[in-house]
Amino acid sequence: MAIMNVNPTRMQLSKLKKQLITAVRGHKMLKDKRDELMRQFLDLVRETKDLREKVETELENCNAHFVNASAVMSKESLDCSLLSPKQRLSVEVGAKNVMSVEIPQFETSARTSGEGDIFPYGFAFTSFELDDAVQSLDTVLPDLIKLAQYEKSCELMSAEIEKTRRRVNSLEHVMIPRYQETIKYISMKLEENDRSSRTRLMKVKDMLLDKAHHYSA
Amino acid sequence: MAKGIAVIGDSESIKGFSAVGLDIFPCDDSEGAGQLIRRLADSDSYAIIYLTEELYNCSQKERGRYEEKLTPAIIPIPGVKGNSQTGRRRLSGFVEKAVGSDIIFNN
Repeated sequence: MAIMNVNPTRMQLSKLKKQLITAVRGHKMLKDKRDELMRQFLDLVRETKDLREKVETELENCNAHFVNASAVMSKESLDCSLLSPKQRLSVEVGAKNVMSVEIPQFETSARTSGEGDIFPYGFAFTSFELDDAVQSLDTVLPDLIKLAQYEKSCELMSAEIEKTRRRVNSLEHVMIPRYQETIKYISMKLEENDRSSRTRLMKVKDMLLDKAHHYSA
Repeated sequence: MAKGIAVIGDSESIKGFSAVGLDIFPCDDSEGAGQLIRRLADSDSYAIIYLTEELYNCSQKERGRYEEKLTPAIIPIPGVKGNSQTGRRRLSGFVEKAVGSDIIFNN
């Protein structure tokens, strides 16, 4: 690992030691964050997977109902019956913070109050297959909205996990070893300087003694 | 602010959704879908945009811009043409991105 391009001074050494402590603490915290995010993400993904399978089967059923309905009704009258919807869903978007990741919370509210009060047409000229189709779609709707919330959360969390993992890896394998190497380099350089100045002093002392008293140690 | 829910896809697949209170935007070609997604997402009045799998697969570029944002959530749903496992692949992609390899769907 290459050392950093710094001057080997005490000042720099103490600065680097402080940085190393911060890096180690940051590494530990990010690692904890990654582990916790991963745990929650995997739980969420498992739930989402089951929910998606359920929703997809139900939607296929709905599509089958609509195909049935269009088989017994003419296309025009079918389109006409669905043309002016009675119901309107609106979504209130909230955000929940999970380990610094903002994930959405969808709260739906409907315009019509009564349950089952969704059919936008009179029953006289439409077939009961269409009622089935609309009813089944209405039943799957809460799950469909929950699925959107879950999948968006998965998407945002997976991006955050990837980012955190990169940070953890770069701290663990690049930054921290580099700090350690540089600290080692500086302290060795300082020790070396220390030793060399001590030998120089000893040498000077010898020379002075020799000059004054013709004394050699 | 209350937002709506949009459904984009071929008219056969999505016409039922208007009856249950969602806004439908029939669209058959990928180019139109891309523009539509951009228009709906930039207007910021839709929290969720459901796309049929077919259109979902050919609008990657447009979707990419909203991946990091909280809304809109762009979600693939199967159309009348059947299920092409797009949603499943998408989820497995998330797992792969987060974990490094797919440990949920590979069994």
